[in-house]
Amino acid sequence: MNADLFSAMARAVVDGDAAAAAELAQNALAGHIPPAEALDKGFVPGIRTVGGLWEDGEYFLPELIASAEAMKAAAAVLRPALEAAGSTSDAPGTVVIGTIEGDIHDIGKNLVSAMLTANGFKVIDLGADVKLTVFLETAESAGADLICLSALLTTTMLGQRRFIELLVERGLRSRFKVLVGGAPTSRKWAEEIGADGYGESAPAAVREALALLGKVSS
Amino acid sequence: MIAGLRPKFDLLSPALVDRILDEAYSILERTGVFFENPEARSLFREAGQEADEKTQRVRLSPRLVDRCLATTPAAFDLFDRQGDISWRIGGDEVHFDPGSSGTRILDHITGRERKPLTADLVSIARLTDALTHLHFQSTALVPFDVPGEIADDYRLYLALLFSAKPVVTGTFRIAGFGPMRDMLAAVRGGAENLRAKPLAIFDACPSPPLRWSRLTSQSLIDCARAGIPSELISMGMTGATSPATITGTLVQHVVENLAGLCLAQIARPGAPVIFGGSPSSFDMRRGTCPMGAMETMMIDCAYAQLGKRLRLPTHAYMALSDAKTNDAQAGFETGIGAVLAALAGINVVSGPGMMDYESTISLEKMVIDDEICALAYRLISGIVPREDSLAEHLFEDFGPETDFLKSAHTRKWYRAEHLLPIVADRDPYDAWEAKGGRSIADRASDRVNDLLAKNTPPLPDPALTDELRRIMAADAGANGVTDLPALPVF
Repeated sequence: MNADLFSAMARAVVDGDAAAAAELAQNALAGHIPPAEALDKGFVPGIRTVGGLWEDGEYFLPELIASAEAMKAAAAVLRPALEAAGSTSDAPGTVVIGTIEGDIHDIGKNLVSAMLTANGFKVIDLGADVKLTVFLETAESAGADLICLSALLTTTMLGQRRFIELLVERGLRSRFKVLVGGAPTSRKWAEEIGADGYGESAPAAVREALALLGKVSS
Repeated sequence: MIAGLRPKFDLLSPALVDRILDEAYSILERTGVFFENPEARSLFREAGQEADEKTQRVRLSPRLVDRCLATTPAAFDLFDRQGDISWRIGGDEVHFDPGSSGTRILDHITGRERKPLTADLVSIARLTDALTHLHFQSTALVPFDVPGEIADDYRLYLALLFSAKPVVTGTFRIAGFGPMRDMLAAVRGGAENLRAKPLAIFDACPSPPLRWSRLTSQSLIDCARAGIPSELISMGMTGATSPATITGTLVQHVVENLAGLCLAQIARPGAPVIFGGSPSSFDMRRGTCPMGAMETMMIDCAYAQLGKRLRLPTHAYMALSDAKTNDAQAGFETGIGAVLAALAGINVVSGPGMMDYESTISLEKMVIDDEICALAYRLISGIVPREDSLAEHLFEDFGPETDFLKSAHTRKWYRAEHLLPIVADRDPYDAWEAKGGRSIADRASDRVNDLLAKNTPPLPDPALTDELRRIMAADAGANGVTDLPALPVF
């Protein structure tokens, strides 16, 4: 019985059906299924399937974003119950993400943000055109594990380097992992500026984030 | 003599043109557009439009749009640095200029991409000056050896020093406009002379969907007042920042451009404005904006058709490629784009030399693309009778010894009728092999070196050079920059 519900949850995510995902999450709560179980056995396998479909070239960005939205809709329903049960420890980590000051491009950043959320991360999305110090202050106050810096322009890409320097200056380099991304960036660039990781696509960013935090993606 | 036909093509049926414009007018009136700039909102309010300070939403009545279209010139002339040579921007005139604001250069010595420096901008200006089918130059790259704060006027400064061609450029910050206008006015010997003989076009890009930022609105206002033509660069990405359908994206394109055009006309009626853009088909796999996609080019040609219907000068980012090297993709995407742009009669075509999603400039590609532009120009010059009798008179003395290679008629006409390429290969196989079996990119690299070695840049007179240097140094100083890179001496 629950198995049917779990597979319907996974299907709702794979189909990118936010309304169905939210309804199934409600059903789980009404049926006294622990919210963490609904996530782990229902929705999360769905988003993993989506990741696979992306890797296989079956799913493109519109499907990816629809699935992430479905995941978000389910999580929004389950969150109060999860918090009441005190079970936030399952989150793989807390992430602060944004596009660097001087850059209003946020399509890529939004995708990474959505996929991280869909994969259970606690995501604080600062939006676009974000000052470097705001990234740092937010990460400190939220006790973040990971900071994701997006840049589409080469000028703002330099902000990624400055951010690493800022962390070093403040003696905080070892406190946060830093993941960089955006059209002009590359793994080589990430290495050059001393970032911890680089995401070439949204699913790749999730993989990298999980690996950086020692939660290997299955 | 029988007139020739100017080859021309349209993509939209007349009924579809009407429908797109109707929906655009309706969205302007009912939905409106965001203007982040307070001065822009206040100008719209003064013009009797609804402009909400809190939401920044401005709604434009069809009456205002029509009034603004009526005051926008259908054509204007752009002049070179000396003010002697002019190019008509309007009708079906076609002018190519290098793609602009790239952030990388494909180094033609190493064959690798790298960050551009002052010396690269100088080379691009000089090369553009030497390439005859590029009528305008552009501030093609963002240099990395000066701080970003002064990159906009610094690029214009280099362009004005090292080429006499008109410049397609733009501001990166509101404060960049002043020194840039001053440089242009210095060339002309005064602000009024600049208005009479425009030397530069400033690009202004709305942020899709339906938003004009503070900076770009300000550029429209400032340019309109100074008589500097503005080029509206609407750039929806299908299915990401604009509707997935081509027709839907075209409607958004018209809305964004007309909103910008209205701002310019309200700021100063009669301000020259170009209906342009850089939209793209969005790649749903890679999240990239392929400029070489056929759908991108279809959108370009279609909005140009809409712009012409509105009796406006037109622009597009075409004749460029997403390839990373000068390979077959670079050639076919650029070639198709240049030919389509020419057939569509787009007035300003920005793209030659550019690759990798508008991020990279290649000097060899500029040389190859100049030749592609030559082919496009040849195509639109069409097939025209050169003499009243086409061939009959040539066959009056027809006999076994008739040989057109020997005829005076051939010597008289073959150059006018047929282009001889410079870098495209027309050697027989053995000759090609004997020369090392080299690619077009290899030959283009040689030509880059050759042109840069042979051509002395047409430097401005010393007094003007000093004045430009003074304006640049003052703005650099105001931004805390005391040392600018040394410039090459010729």
